[in-house]
Amino acid sequence: MTTVTLPLNALATGRRVRTHRQRVMVAILIALVLFLFVLTLTVGQTVTPVADVIRVLLGESVEGASFLVGTLRLPRALLSLLAGFSFGLGGVVFQIMLRNPLASPDIIGITFGASAAAVFAIVVLAISGPMVSVMAVVGGLSVALIVYGLAARNGVAGTRLILVGIGVAAMLHSVIAYVLSTAPAWSLQEAMRWMTGSVNGAQLSDTAPLVLVLIVFGGLLFSQHRDLDALRLGDDTAAALGVKIAKTRIVVVFAAVGMIASVTAIAGPIAFVSFLSGPIAARLVGNSGSLLIPSALVGAVLTLGGDYIGQFLLPSRFPVGVVTGALGAPYLLYLIVRVNRSGRSL
Amino acid sequence: MIGQGSQTLAGPARRNRAQGFRSISFLGLLAVLALLVALSVTVGTRDVSWADIVAGVRGQTDNIGQAAVNVRIPRTFLALLAGAALALAGAVMQGVTRNPLSDPGILGVNAGAALAVVIGVAWFDMSSSEGFLWSAIFGAGCATLFVYKVGSLGPGGATPLKLTLAGAATSVACASLIIAVVLPRNDIAGGIQLWTVGGVGGATFDRIVPVLPFLAAGFAISLLSARKLNSLALGDDLAAGLGENVAMARIVASVGGVLLCGATTAMCGPIGFVGLVVPHLCRLLIGLDYRWLLPFSVLAGSCLVLTGDIVGRIVARPAEIQVSIIMALLGSPIFIWIVRRQRIREL
Repeated sequence: MTTVTLPLNALATGRRVRTHRQRVMVAILIALVLFLFVLTLTVGQTVTPVADVIRVLLGESVEGASFLVGTLRLPRALLSLLAGFSFGLGGVVFQIMLRNPLASPDIIGITFGASAAAVFAIVVLAISGPMVSVMAVVGGLSVALIVYGLAARNGVAGTRLILVGIGVAAMLHSVIAYVLSTAPAWSLQEAMRWMTGSVNGAQLSDTAPLVLVLIVFGGLLFSQHRDLDALRLGDDTAAALGVKIAKTRIVVVFAAVGMIASVTAIAGPIAFVSFLSGPIAARLVGNSGSLLIPSALVGAVLTLGGDYIGQFLLPSRFPVGVVTGALGAPYLLYLIVRVNRSGRSL
Repeated sequence: MIGQGSQTLAGPARRNRAQGFRSISFLGLLAVLALLVALSVTVGTRDVSWADIVAGVRGQTDNIGQAAVNVRIPRTFLALLAGAALALAGAVMQGVTRNPLSDPGILGVNAGAALAVVIGVAWFDMSSSEGFLWSAIFGAGCATLFVYKVGSLGPGGATPLKLTLAGAATSVACASLIIAVVLPRNDIAGGIQLWTVGGVGGATFDRIVPVLPFLAAGFAISLLSARKLNSLALGDDLAAGLGENVAMARIVASVGGVLLCGATTAMCGPIGFVGLVVPHLCRLLIGLDYRWLLPFSVLAGSCLVLTGDIVGRIVARPAEIQVSIIMALLGSPIFIWIVRRQRIREL
């Protein structure tokens, strides 16, 4: 009997250590997100005392600080936060489901689908407001459906799905470029927003509905997290463990795309956030346990930090997508090299 | 898919018939190309009378119609060159990587060239066409090396999936970096933004001529490596067994492809999918022999880009749609078709 219990004890200890490490890392990430959020609210071209910020948040009117914090900084910080959560969460579930860190929604065309629909709605149909978000969600979902449908042939192979997605992404990218080039009021800033993503000009009225979206779709994704963990072992193993693969895939795709598309409609496709969050989270917390929460937090760190760097720490002002894109490029190279060399997935 | 040698099984009689069919197809393509050139000169956003077209072709620019025709001539020439170069480069890359999904656009080569040009313009005040040319070729070379290196790491070598992902990721990264470089420079932003949507509009002979030697070198190297590509298609081991220096063959052919992509991108900006689509369509027509495939790709590529340019001028009158957009709309369904046709390993 002792020969059996000893390894079990070791296993249990190992598991405790890993769980402990994950908790510590998640706590550190939460602290980092909070720090960046507060930093965005307090320190800009001028420094607003934290006490004033709190008074503004509580609804008091403070000379000077009300406009600066309430109208300029708060919507911006909030949008960065929500966008980071959504991209991080939406990205990692795709990566887990397809077992390839490169199969994130921004590389296989889904983010571009939402972006193309939003650009089309704004430039060609001349509509604005919530309808744009609805169009973006419809666009993202249709692209996801099309990619999935085209990849289906004797079952959906993950490889084929990714390749089809890249083809669709290339097509959508040129559609966006064309629609933007025909826009009557040709503005580079606006174009950047739809090509790489930006939280400039965020408004509280646009941002608030995102909270609801995040709660609904995020909750839906978390309800699937056990099945997703099983999917990391491979489709066959997961099926053997009792996961209904087709159902899980549909729920996950629907929720993730809905979330990403809603954010894209407002902030644009912020480059590389959904692609980077999952692998960074996996490095930080190790491969045990669920990656969903760590990845969402990493996403928020990336967007909040990227936006702050782009606004204040560089010689000229850049939108967040440019910063995350430029930061993401070297990491991407490292990631491809590492994954290809070891033949491992996320 | 490239490496099936069913052609060799054919008897002499059948081979003769195949040769005849190829020759006739080649002449047919030439005729189509001539027709498209004529169309490209006569058709445009502006309707021009026949008399003015004839006068315009002769070089007169007395009225606006004749001037319009006059502008269409270098444009047609550029579309011809760009199509030929990109299609040939695509065919060569498919041969070198033995990967049916290789294309200068998909593998990120055009994006690399574009990034190098944008950096040259923004940081080094580059404005001459020589500067464009050298930086584009440099960028294309770096991107090719990089994507191939990254895509072939690890077990299984350069599989279509790994190469394509490495290329797509590199393209996204380059696009982001281009915006990062351009955004602080309001003075050049508009021009660059237009250039990064590849097209052949606004071509002048002054800008085409300096590029011609590079294109000529690229064409020569690529077309002469047909026999080497045929050996490579048999697989590295067999090719080496037949006495081919495999590494050398790859390098030489790649240099040809890079020259073609870089020079073309310097002239018209990044145009994707031509190099993917044309060789595949040509393979359907005339089979797998690169000695035929390469010249056919040259002609068919010219036809495709000319058609794309003409369509782009007509469908959105009075505006124009750049040829790169038409190519992407046309090319990505074919890309998907190729992906679906292939048997693909589950991850």
